[in-house]
Amino acid sequence: MDLDIFLFPFFQKTLFVGFLIGIVAPLIGVFIVLRRLSMIGDALSHVSIAGVALGFIIEVYPLALGIVFALIASFAIEKLRKAYPSYAELSIAIIMSGGIAFASVLFTSGKGFNINVQDYLFGSIVALNTADIWIVFAVTLIVITFVVISYKELFLVTLDEDAASVSGLSTRLYNILITTLTALVISVVIKIVGALLVSALITIPVACSLVVGKSFRHTMWMAIIFSEIAMMGGLIIAGIWNFAPGGTVVLLSIALLMLSFLFSRKKSL
Amino acid sequence: MNELNNNRFDHCHECIISIEDVSFYYENKTPVIQNLNFKIFERDFVGLIGSNGAGKSTLLKMLVGLIKPVSGNIRLFDQPISEFRDWDRIGYVPQKNAMNPFFPATVKEIVLSGLYGKKKMFKRLTKRELEKCDDSLQALGIEKLAHRRIGNLSGGQQQRAFLARALINNPDLLILDEPMVGIDAETQESFFHMIQHMHKQHNITFLMVSHDVDMMYSYLGHEAIHTSGKLKFYVKHSHDLEDCVETDLTHSLKGFIKGEALKI
Repeated sequence: MDLDIFLFPFFQKTLFVGFLIGIVAPLIGVFIVLRRLSMIGDALSHVSIAGVALGFIIEVYPLALGIVFALIASFAIEKLRKAYPSYAELSIAIIMSGGIAFASVLFTSGKGFNINVQDYLFGSIVALNTADIWIVFAVTLIVITFVVISYKELFLVTLDEDAASVSGLSTRLYNILITTLTALVISVVIKIVGALLVSALITIPVACSLVVGKSFRHTMWMAIIFSEIAMMGGLIIAGIWNFAPGGTVVLLSIALLMLSFLFSRKKSL
Repeated sequence: MNELNNNRFDHCHECIISIEDVSFYYENKTPVIQNLNFKIFERDFVGLIGSNGAGKSTLLKMLVGLIKPVSGNIRLFDQPISEFRDWDRIGYVPQKNAMNPFFPATVKEIVLSGLYGKKKMFKRLTKRELEKCDDSLQALGIEKLAHRRIGNLSGGQQQRAFLARALINNPDLLILDEPMVGIDAETQESFFHMIQHMHKQHNITFLMVSHDVDMMYSYLGHEAIHTSGKLKFYVKHSHDLEDCVETDLTHSLKGFIKGEALKI
């Protein structure tokens, strides 16, 4: 056990970034889960690490390329969804395997050998630099502002797209905005929890809050609270015992999910 | 029969929906809707009946601007649909299974969302609007369910919540897309009675899509006023109704529900 870890600036940075991610991941996650797009996080994250890998090889800031790749992938998913209208999950499977295929080729080719692949797959608490922190901070601000400003529109579009259009909303615009922000969030979350576990951060706290939520607002707040408990607790445990942070955070949130089921057994989903 | 409907000379009643020579087909396939002409006038009650695949949903989607007709024109409240912006004049009750039953919203949140369409970004709901929501809930006798999650309610209660949402803007036109699917027979009947009451006492135009032919026949008669492909239109015109129109919808619905002791 190593409590000195709290004294290290790198760990303080990690906790700060973890705190921000703990807010935005479930905040966008509520809309993703309720729109039955839970798997989109996996697809985007796998493409995003391909961008990160390419960034290392061509010596461009990796996180930025990761974001660009995730954005492109999010639009590709929307396009493919139209090509196979009754098989939405097919588009996600294609993009996901395409991303990981590209990433694996890049990671194993030439300069790619120098990249610490494990950090990107499983996350790392030592990998953050100042630029990363600023980007996470900016994404947090953007997502919170978006959700606060367009809460009403997001609610309508998520509840029932047809009814939303009938009340004069451009559902297409909001679909694009939601997917774009998801891509942004995913790219920044990868640094800490790793590509393999990103979507857990977006979906599991929401799964918990769906069990206990009394209203839509309450569900959103509870998702953030569950997410922060798992994130802070997970990072601290991982820091002290030197576990992989992503895995620890995700296991803790699954434990929370089981607890929320135990405490509200009478309610069925 | 077509002629009669289309050329019906009507000075005092506004044309609410006008479908002019509308056709629709998905790529290279046989037409779902072909050269459909139909007009719905103020305070008409139109029942739209058709088997699966007859084009009911397609037509509804065109009427609310979700898809565009391949040819022909649609006018809403005498404006071309592409220029139509007064969406709060239309109340829309979706099919029960269009909604995710696990959606974590409360009845009140759902009813309030009826106001969201015309609210600008940043604008919060006013006190007046919150009162409207309470009125709407009371009108349908579901005020006690306001803070319950929609998914924990019965099918009939859910449908009332969505009707309350549709009524919150005091719409001139109410579109109901198979509102009775998945609801037990007794609740269906009381729901339909309530709809009839609204039609008889208020200045609301109805377009209701339904599978339930018997219920439609009982109110609209056995004779379809217009047939196009597999689509059948049954209509009760305003001139078949008494003039007595109550103005306060909330009040009259409350009275009605109390009088009928309706099962929720």
